[in-house]
Amino acid sequence: MNRTKGDEEEYWNSSKFKAFTFDDEDDELSQLKESKRAVNSLRDFVDDDDDDDLERVSWSGEPVGSISWSIRETAGNSGSTHEGREQLKSRNSFSSYAQLPKPTSTYSLSSFFRGRTRPGSFQSLSDALSDTPAKSYAPELGRPKGEYRDYSNDWSPSDTVRRLRKGKVCSLERFRSLQDKLQLLEEAVSMHDGNVITAVLIFLKRTLSKEILFRELEVRQVALRHLIHFLKEIGDQKLLLDLFRFLDRTEELALSHYREHLNIQDPDKRKEFLKTCVGLPFSAEDSAHIQDHYTLLERQIIIEANDRHLESAGQTEIFRKHPRKASILNMPLVTTLFYSCFYHYTEAEGTFSSPINLKKTFKIPDKQYVLTALAARAKLRAWNDVDALFTTKNWLGYTKKRAPIGFHRVVEILHKNNAPVQILQEYVNLVEDVDTKLNLATKFKCHDVVIDTYRDLKDRQQLLAYRSKVDKGSAEEEKIDALLSSSQIRWKN
Amino acid sequence: MAFPHRPDAPELPDFSMLKRLARDQLIYLLEQLPGKKDLFIEADLMSPLDRIANVSILKQHEVDKLYKVENKPALSSNEQLCFLVRPRIKNMRYIASLVNSDKLAGRTRKYKVIFSPQKFYACEMVLEEEGIYGDVSCDEWAFSLLPLDVDLLSMELPEFFRDYFLEGDQRWINTVAQALHLLSTLYGPFPNCYGIGRCAKMAYELWRNLEEEEDGETKGRRPEIGHIFLLDRDVDFVTALCSQVVYEGLVDDTFRIKCGSVDFGPEVTSSDKSLKVLLNAEDKVFNEIRNEHFSNVFGFLSQKARNLQAQYDRRRGMDIKQMKNFVSQELKGLKQEHRLLSLHIGACESIMKKKTKQDFQELIKTEHALLEGFNIRESTSYIEEHIDRQVSPIESLRLMCLLSITENGLIPKDYRSLKTQYLQSYGPEHLLTFSNLRRAGLLTEQAPGDTLTAVESKVSKLVTDKAAGKITDAFSSLAKRSNFRAISKKLNLIPRVDGEYDLKVPRDMAYVFSGAYVPLSCRIIEQVLERRSWQGLDEVVRLLNCSDFAFTDMTKEDKASSESLRLILVVFLGGCTFSEISALRFLGREKGYRFIFLTTAVTNSARLMEAMSEVKA
Repeated sequence: MNRTKGDEEEYWNSSKFKAFTFDDEDDELSQLKESKRAVNSLRDFVDDDDDDDLERVSWSGEPVGSISWSIRETAGNSGSTHEGREQLKSRNSFSSYAQLPKPTSTYSLSSFFRGRTRPGSFQSLSDALSDTPAKSYAPELGRPKGEYRDYSNDWSPSDTVRRLRKGKVCSLERFRSLQDKLQLLEEAVSMHDGNVITAVLIFLKRTLSKEILFRELEVRQVALRHLIHFLKEIGDQKLLLDLFRFLDRTEELALSHYREHLNIQDPDKRKEFLKTCVGLPFSAEDSAHIQDHYTLLERQIIIEANDRHLESAGQTEIFRKHPRKASILNMPLVTTLFYSCFYHYTEAEGTFSSPINLKKTFKIPDKQYVLTALAARAKLRAWNDVDALFTTKNWLGYTKKRAPIGFHRVVEILHKNNAPVQILQEYVNLVEDVDTKLNLATKFKCHDVVIDTYRDLKDRQQLLAYRSKVDKGSAEEEKIDALLSSSQIRWKN
Repeated sequence: MAFPHRPDAPELPDFSMLKRLARDQLIYLLEQLPGKKDLFIEADLMSPLDRIANVSILKQHEVDKLYKVENKPALSSNEQLCFLVRPRIKNMRYIASLVNSDKLAGRTRKYKVIFSPQKFYACEMVLEEEGIYGDVSCDEWAFSLLPLDVDLLSMELPEFFRDYFLEGDQRWINTVAQALHLLSTLYGPFPNCYGIGRCAKMAYELWRNLEEEEDGETKGRRPEIGHIFLLDRDVDFVTALCSQVVYEGLVDDTFRIKCGSVDFGPEVTSSDKSLKVLLNAEDKVFNEIRNEHFSNVFGFLSQKARNLQAQYDRRRGMDIKQMKNFVSQELKGLKQEHRLLSLHIGACESIMKKKTKQDFQELIKTEHALLEGFNIRESTSYIEEHIDRQVSPIESLRLMCLLSITENGLIPKDYRSLKTQYLQSYGPEHLLTFSNLRRAGLLTEQAPGDTLTAVESKVSKLVTDKAAGKITDAFSSLAKRSNFRAISKKLNLIPRVDGEYDLKVPRDMAYVFSGAYVPLSCRIIEQVLERRSWQGLDEVVRLLNCSDFAFTDMTKEDKASSESLRLILVVFLGGCTFSEISALRFLGREKGYRFIFLTTAVTNSARLMEAMSEVKA
């Protein structure tokens, strides 16, 4: 188990048994480590504690011998240790199939149930419950259900439905007239068991033309819902779409068709598929969304091809400094905008990848645009861009700072991106509400803002209190002292 | 802290029997395939299985290797394969591909599929279509009740919610009925039954049918549990959508409790290891804080830590003999307590850190405003900002749903703009999620004005009463209004508080939401139990759109002991939250009842939203 990481990687890369894994994320190493950890943690508990069995179980939650632990263990072991590899080899060849010793215990449950007919069987669950017959909690254990077969053809619809509910195989073939079929369906619906309703529907679907089936289900909503869900589950998309068409449920038809795009991985094929969705009978509002989805993916494909090229050429500074972490394909619009503000901020409106172009094409609201651009530029520490984002000129040529999202938000975003105090200070000062401003300034240690604000409020007490929060001998302390001793200010307290 | 039960509170029945039963059945089924076999287990069944059996039990019954069912070729070389699965189409396809590739390779093996908790005809149909019907033998393992705690039984069927409340598929109703049947054979009949919701009524009827068919089994048994109350999740979506603030709920929201245990990461264990911890009444520290409002938990834990220190300190000034006694008798307990304590302190710290980061205070403020119905504009823009900043998609969705249900739907302008922004922030494919939420009634658009009501009343004036009723039904099925505001008023869900609500000494169930809101589901249960019927609640039932689905059924037999009459089984169809469990535990302590919870799965707001989400995570 003391293999180094390099060793492990080498093993996995060279191993032809690579597919032999059981874990969730295809990440053998992390799984291995996890089970190693699980075991180690157990050992810790066992070692460190005085053989407390109870504790071992309630603490690890996954004690040695638990099922999920063991599955991971098989997965981990079989690749990581030498014996594991041996085991694997032998597993793959039939001849050297290792026989495990037979379990020593002959205790078996079936003997238990058989034992019930004999008097004096040992203490068992059934004995503990002797006042209830065994069949109530172990129904028909004698024979597996599959063996039950019913050759009688005389069951009434209600009997048939009841037998179906019990999981018994029961032929429906004798229900040939439409009236019989519908009666069977109605019995199933009135019993409420969805499994039986579906069973009957499977039979009806096979034995009725779809027009008749659809027509009859249109007036039987419960059964109809079951058929729709069944078709979705087995993936009979064609019949499902026919059904929606028949029912004139155009919106569901469109959505159901659109849903298929999720199964298409190739971006170009997905784009082409989305194109076929554009004309579908969505609501007016959704039609616009579908159109946007198509346009977005179309853009992303162009941007992706371009940027991948730029990145691999290695000539563009931004891509060298900040290599892309993931492809932009299939990302949401806002993420795409962020990406474009990050990598293509200065581009002219004419290019597909420019932020302004995205903003116009998708009618991104000002608020959303500013928020996203701010986050992207702050991440790059491009403070000038940040500044420009909020500067507006009025008709007289004066500049003024405005933020559609409120400056308190601006400050938070800047702080999240580790903006220096000077920058933060500037924006904290722009917060209008005095309390919010003080709060933010205190939280982000913008001493000057705090001090100036208390001065403006003529709040001597607060200023005095704040003095203890700044560093001894700092410029801020001096500033406070100067203010406190100033005779110019008429303090309110 | 940790209020004790009243001395006259009834004892809970012993549910560990259910575990033994499930284990024995499984062993029996494994023995139906004699000889060595490899066992393929579906991921979702692993944790429940772990709670009732372990590897050595499986090995004893000749299970050789264990595999997880997943979309990868199986490498088993065993001659017998056994599959333990939920009845799902994709599992059938997996098994079919395995069997068919064996066939192609000219290989013959024995295959057995064990469906849990039952098999579905649709699965058999797939086996037939794939040409392997008859090649595999099928069985059912009716393991549908897992005792997660002394008072909590879970069916571990989270898919119940989507299947029924979104797709309208009633396939699990029989499973519920079977589970209730099992409970009544083991613990006697339930003399008093109540229920609300369409699904509750169907489950109840199917269960009754079952009892009639197997007549006589429960006859003559003394009831152990006096009342049963069935409730559909859609009767109260609001409670399930709220952020949880009692400890157990908060742990679930933050770390996700899975099958009664939680994975505490390194940030909690303050080591480099993660730790899987069982959370139940056996954890003495947890048991005292699980139902507490989070604000009390810190104080409690630090008090506990001080006590512990004091107990350790006692050993100073002990003589040898006393010391020996101390080490042999007390030390182990103290060490154990110490460990539990440090773990829960770690969890609290981690929760605090996460919650501070996401501005929990403001979030809670918004939720309370939505519940009380003021500052709707402000709340709407708060949600909007959430979306614009790409804060978690699930959280944004949850807030939108909460807004929609408390307000009888969003006004069309808001609906459109929030939806557009949502699609822009989290991806256009969420169009499908919105369609799902609308179908389930979780996120709707207000019908233009309240014109509906106007038309309704006009029409009803023109026609006879009976026809008017029908027309009203037709309208209400078009726009099933949640009427939360009116219900809240009728049932007094928003407590009037003079001064501070003292969370240390809760006065009502509202404490589980910081005193701001009494969970609707729990209030309904309280009211019905008080009246022993729905009498006087007609208006509430009507507002809940449940006029046809509220029922009571009492047997006249008075074999029920007074003790059993204070035991109540509450059945949540579609899931219940830890907050609801805490609230009812509180009610039980106040009134001298004990509640037992049976749920299709433990749920919370994130799980509900994920169930509705169309995009694979």
